[in-house]
Amino acid sequence: MAGPVLEMRSIVKTFPGVKALSDVKLTVRQGEVHAICGENGAGKSTLMKVLSGVHPHGTYEGDILFEGELCSFKDIRASEQRGIVIIHQELALVPYLSLAENIFLGNEHATRGFINWNETLRHASELLRRVGLDDHPETRVADIGVGKQQLVEIAKALSKKVKLLILDEPTAALNDEDSGKLLDLILELKNQGITSIIISHKLNEIRKVADSVTIIRDGQSIETLDVKAAETTEDRIISGMVGRDLDHRFPERTPHEAEVGAAPALEIRDWTVHHPIDQQRKVVDNVSINVRRGEIVGIAGLMGAGRTELAMSVFGRTYGRYAGGTVLKDGREIRTKSVPEAVKHGIAYVTEDRKHYGLNLIDTINRNISLSALDKVSKRGVVDEHEERQVAERYRKSMNIKAPTVFEPVGKLSGGNQQKVVLSKWIFAGPDVLILDEPTRGIDVGAKYEIYTVIDKLAAEGKAVVFISSELPELLGMCDRIYTMAAGRLTGEFPRAEATQESLMRQMTKDKEVTR
Amino acid sequence: MSTDVTAKSPAPAPPGKSGAAAGGGLLQLMLDGMRRNMRQYGMLIALGLIVALFAVWTDGDLLLPRNISNLVLQNSYILILAIGMMLVIIAGHIDLSVGSLTAFVGAFAAVLTVQHDIPWPVAVVLCLLAGALAGALQGYFIAYLGIPSFIVTLAGMLTFRGVTEILLEGQTLGPFPDSLKKIGNGFLPETGPETNYHNLTLLLGLVLIAFVVLQELRDRKRQQEFSLDTLPANIFVLKLVAIVAALLTVTLLLASYKGAPIVLIILGLLVVGYGYVMRNSIFGRHIYAIGGNLPAAKLSGVKDKKVTFYVFLNMGVLAALAGLVVAARLNAASPKAGLNYELEAIASAFIGGASMSGGVGTVLGAIIGGLVLGVLNNGMNLLSVGTDWQQVIKGMALLAAVGFDVWNKRKSGS
Repeated sequence: MAGPVLEMRSIVKTFPGVKALSDVKLTVRQGEVHAICGENGAGKSTLMKVLSGVHPHGTYEGDILFEGELCSFKDIRASEQRGIVIIHQELALVPYLSLAENIFLGNEHATRGFINWNETLRHASELLRRVGLDDHPETRVADIGVGKQQLVEIAKALSKKVKLLILDEPTAALNDEDSGKLLDLILELKNQGITSIIISHKLNEIRKVADSVTIIRDGQSIETLDVKAAETTEDRIISGMVGRDLDHRFPERTPHEAEVGAAPALEIRDWTVHHPIDQQRKVVDNVSINVRRGEIVGIAGLMGAGRTELAMSVFGRTYGRYAGGTVLKDGREIRTKSVPEAVKHGIAYVTEDRKHYGLNLIDTINRNISLSALDKVSKRGVVDEHEERQVAERYRKSMNIKAPTVFEPVGKLSGGNQQKVVLSKWIFAGPDVLILDEPTRGIDVGAKYEIYTVIDKLAAEGKAVVFISSELPELLGMCDRIYTMAAGRLTGEFPRAEATQESLMRQMTKDKEVTR
Repeated sequence: MSTDVTAKSPAPAPPGKSGAAAGGGLLQLMLDGMRRNMRQYGMLIALGLIVALFAVWTDGDLLLPRNISNLVLQNSYILILAIGMMLVIIAGHIDLSVGSLTAFVGAFAAVLTVQHDIPWPVAVVLCLLAGALAGALQGYFIAYLGIPSFIVTLAGMLTFRGVTEILLEGQTLGPFPDSLKKIGNGFLPETGPETNYHNLTLLLGLVLIAFVVLQELRDRKRQQEFSLDTLPANIFVLKLVAIVAALLTVTLLLASYKGAPIVLIILGLLVVGYGYVMRNSIFGRHIYAIGGNLPAAKLSGVKDKKVTFYVFLNMGVLAALAGLVVAARLNAASPKAGLNYELEAIASAFIGGASMSGGVGTVLGAIIGGLVLGVLNNGMNLLSVGTDWQQVIKGMALLAAVGFDVWNKRKSGS
């Protein structure tokens, strides 16, 4: 194997009051795909910010050697000039500019300040082809999907003559198909001699593309493993991340026996929803599902299957244009035309996008928890702040929200703790039915386990839980029953005992093959 | 990072950390509490400095009882507008129409009382209703039709100004009946035995002080009942002494001149009332929620359209009140009244801690912001600084206040 292209030695980075990195060592060999994994808040992103010059030289301790030379980047531009390009979790594209304009943003093909469009478009097409996109370079970014946007980011990196590509959780927002394409591209670029560092939570991805993996825990590099070696199993990597062995990743559950006779807590019948803009398109097509008290029912589906759209349209018609169907609660038809109505009928929807749809990030923990049920801590329209604070304190303890006080702004918390705040908020609202949309997305293994425990407890208390997830092991580990959806339609229903990853995936991809 | 202490918190959160108090000491505790409300404490300190500075430059003229009275009368309408504007900005909107609306209501009041001899209480009610209607109209366009508030209120700004000129036929209309004039520049009536002070003002001040002290004590007791952390006893006493001293000083200053202006009483009621609504009512919470994250608020069951509608309706009522006060104070309705008031109100809100993106700010902050501008105005008038330079200095003050805040956030953030 080739020698190291990058060496980071004894990196220490402190923020006021917090030591984010203490003595991190990272060695990346020429031409490999190197994965970095660790729990949220372990310091992965901070390490990459140090490497790419977001945290400039002088604000950290330790040495960075790139291609054998000591580097002291003062900003991102400096690191990009050396061929180190970072692609952040949140894409940095301008939606209303074209693909070509985005690719060369800040790096335009121009003479004396005027853009040379012919050269721009020619070069852009070439780069787009290299990342496997055949869209016209004058297409607006807003008009292509998230998966393609990620590829545009990589094309942009290629335009900067990238030698070391850093991808921060590149597949977090992608469906399996797009993820697969992206990972293939990373392997393709590897063949072209480009070294990559990939930060990821998804261990199967790491197994697929990475040559080695460095595990970071609590701001320290724990170990670097050879992914291709036989002893590097997923459980091995996980035990490195959390520092303890996980013999089972889900709480013990006794599968729920459906009570015969009793009406389901929630039943959705023949539900159809059209796309909000493209009104000809059925996003949810004649879907009927039900969930009983004490039951956890999963909905599996790839991106675009219509799971979130189903949940949101049922929850106060917050998505799309309603085109038919009824909702029954305990056997009686109910109106859920607005969010307050749905909440009144004991339905709660915990969004998949907590930052944009779940929380007021600039507000405090206590005020976020009470928001959807302020009447419970108020008399005649006046909020009792003491009671509110006490409620929040109760959830901080019972949900193990890691924050010094309940007056901490939610935006300062880690993803896992933010998710606990969203859950607290909806548990406090006292619903009978909870629809949880990707409740463990983007949070670390330890916090995931805590969330599973909470969900399990809710079911044990007699709540009906609908569990939407893209992670099949999670559904298999938690649910009593699993529905599959594909392209807006219900394609299968499995009791826990009969479901396997393979059987679910078969139903999840079923319609796509028929329609395309 | 979750352990980072923040500088940005929309509401004055009760300070107090059980663990830190023992080791970190009282100073740490106070600093923590202050850092949570950096903008407001910063502005309060800045206000104190500006007052001190001008007091020295004017050889104490600034703090003469007569001038304090004047200060209140001069700035009352901007402060009234600033309260409403704060709500609008917290909700994530802007209102450019309030200056014109102020002029329009003044004109309407003049038409009613001067031209048609309608009794003043009826006229006042009609004027407030007119303001409510104007606010409701704009609120309807913004909340239910989804037209951006900047556009709707820009249209309102032009429209109401035009209607004012039509109503007044371009002339100034006055004078107002005496009883209506009192709203603008009247004082509390003189009663009781002859003292060197204004009795009713003194009494009112003492009642207010007693009320505040009792309220603080009750609050502390409730906190203890709920076994929540409270301020250490000595800091609490210090806080009480500071509050009492400040209130007593203002009371004595006012009582040694003509007494408390009626506008001040109105303003005081508004500050207490709106402060309470924003801090403690469900409606207030919902305003912060829609300004902080609209989609999240919607999905939490907040009736965002209704809240937005009422925020603008409320702004209309307050603009009408300000219009009455201005007209009464000038004793005439003028087509040019209320010019640029919307900008002063907006500036007050931003100096007082509001954020362009919404979700942040307090009523008290708006008042502090308004007073910073007011004292600058008044102080520079006393020093005979021309209005040209006054504008420049006020502009710089706005930039400096918000710049400081941005700098402070960047320093503590990320």
